[in-house]
Amino acid sequence: MSKKAIMNGEWCKSCQYCVKACPQSAISRGSALNKAGYEVVVLDSEACVGCGICYTVCPDYVYTIAEE
Amino acid sequence: MAKELMKGNVAAAEAAIRAGMDFFAGYPITPSTEVLEHLALRMPQENREMIQGENEIASMNMVIGAAACGARAMTASSGPGISLKAEAFSYAARSELPYVCLNVQRWGVGLGRLDSGQSDYMRETKGGGHGDYHHIVYSPSTIQELVDDIYEAWDVSEKYRCGVVVLSEGFLGQMMESVEIPPYKKREKPLGWGIDGSGKIGTRQSPDTDTLVARLRERTALIQSQMQRYENYQVEDAEYVFVAFGLPARVCRDAVDTLRAKGEKAGLIRPRLVWPYPVQAFKEVNPQVKGFISIESNDLGQMVEDVALASRVTSDKRVPVYCYAHSMGTPGVKMVMGKYMEVKNGSMKEVF
Amino acid sequence: MNVIKQAPEIMYKNNQFCAGCGHGITYRLIQEAVEELGYKDNHITVLGVGCSCNLNTLTKGDKFQCAHGRAAAVATGMKHTKKDTLIFTYQGDGDAGVIGIAETLNAAYRNEKITVITVNNSNFGMTGGQMSWTTLPEQITTTTPLGRDCAQKGYPFHLPEMIASQFTHVAYVARGAVNDSKNIRQLKKMIKNGLEAQVKEEGYSLIEVLAPCPTNWNLSPLQSLEWLEENMLKEYPIGEFKKRGV
Repeated sequence: MSKKAIMNGEWCKSCQYCVKACPQSAISRGSALNKAGYEVVVLDSEACVGCGICYTVCPDYVYTIAEE
Repeated sequence: MAKELMKGNVAAAEAAIRAGMDFFAGYPITPSTEVLEHLALRMPQENREMIQGENEIASMNMVIGAAACGARAMTASSGPGISLKAEAFSYAARSELPYVCLNVQRWGVGLGRLDSGQSDYMRETKGGGHGDYHHIVYSPSTIQELVDDIYEAWDVSEKYRCGVVVLSEGFLGQMMESVEIPPYKKREKPLGWGIDGSGKIGTRQSPDTDTLVARLRERTALIQSQMQRYENYQVEDAEYVFVAFGLPARVCRDAVDTLRAKGEKAGLIRPRLVWPYPVQAFKEVNPQVKGFISIESNDLGQMVEDVALASRVTSDKRVPVYCYAHSMGTPGVKMVMGKYMEVKNGSMKEVF
Repeated sequence: MNVIKQAPEIMYKNNQFCAGCGHGITYRLIQEAVEELGYKDNHITVLGVGCSCNLNTLTKGDKFQCAHGRAAAVATGMKHTKKDTLIFTYQGDGDAGVIGIAETLNAAYRNEKITVITVNNSNFGMTGGQMSWTTLPEQITTTTPLGRDCAQKGYPFHLPEMIASQFTHVAYVARGAVNDSKNIRQLKKMIKNGLEAQVKEEGYSLIEVLAPCPTNWNLSPLQSLEWLEENMLKEYPIGEFKKRGV
């Protein structure tokens, strides 16, 4: 059982708060656009430890933290 | 039930309690303050909520909050205080909230004076706040009518989801008359709406503006057709017809009797509601009528515009419309009779 | 899959705020606290006018749109009608502290059992970035185009300090910020304290939230966090100004 962040990229507004806050540097700037036209950040699931900081700082409810 | 001698403002406040008022918020202003004072004692006795707000703006917004949650809520004030409430009236209309506002009118613009008056006719009947909305506006002439109007007010307000104004006057609020206070009553049927915190009921507002506008138009037409209320007195054969509401209407009725005794064919239309305006009343008037005379306790004449409109839409003839605007206080019978003779002998100029 | 953290389901769609806006985090914290206190099905959000209006389309829960500045008065009328319901206002600093200062202070003065949550982003956001009473010295806004000259236009306004120092009978007053995860977690505790003070009938509570406004500050979201930390946190210290039970 390991905790992981799951993304809903459609709600991302590319503010990069999660990129700045992630202690594992598991989130990085992306270039693919969502339907709203924002560049969706990219989450590296391998590096993610599911600490939930991205959930805490995200203004747009992009992240769900779950146990797999 | 036995009659009691009561002051108008006190009787009005007690009638609101009997009508099931759950919540009251207001701010002191002469000549309406006795309403607030009476309720400050009586509401806690009845285990109901009463707040002396920091001003009229907040008081009316408290009424909005209570009404949105399904309470029978009320505020009371006078001219300048009602001006401050106007913003909240518009917001209440947007949420289609029922409530009752008692306006014990005083005379004048700005601070005005503490004299009795009918200076707020225009504001109360035409809107007052921004956007399109109407209050249903009662215009009692006696303290008993004041009591009966308030007793009925929430039933009407909730039926149409429209705010109600009861248009009292300084003298009506301050004077005493014999009055029968009705028994305690509660809302007959549950509202079926009201914010309760569950997120499931709410105010049952229209979900989109198109629906809201359609409903507003439909409801306004319905009120206009269903709420035609007036008292016509000796209008069938009248040559000249007074039109007056509130205290001046009582004076006009005496004037009609005295003029009739002298052989003059005078009559009276007394609106019991001034919005919707009782256009129907004008259809019952002698088709050969020579003029309508609006008698009002304000400076410029306000209702006279509605009198002219009502006479035009109910008659093919262009009947002259006159106005005697008495300014502060209430005109006396002799004064009103004098104006009648001025109209008859051609020395008073028509307004419309 | 076992979900550990997820935005409360009552917020059923993405918010309409600008990228990097602090409102989204603030309202999520409120709804988390509401859920944890067991009031998910028994609360009312009383909305001010400004960017807070965006919540009209964000939450499925009961909400009511007030006139600008009047939310504390509307919430008062509601609380006197629904005493067992959790009722809080959600307002900007212009709404609660400028046009609505009378309603905000008078509700505190009477110690109404409501919670006022006000988001301070040092400008009038919805109308495009005008000066608010909270605008910092020298800060450029559309109505202080040369920077705020405080000698002429007044000094930054400290609403929580004012209430806590003057109305000592109120239950809870605090200021938090949404600039990093530590402060966000602290803010959550503050919001929960404020709401709990209401639930336990301790009295009035107010929480001011320092939030970035990248759009009107003309900064990127990340730059706006830095600006908040370097400027707003110095003028507006975060902390509890009136603790519960003291």
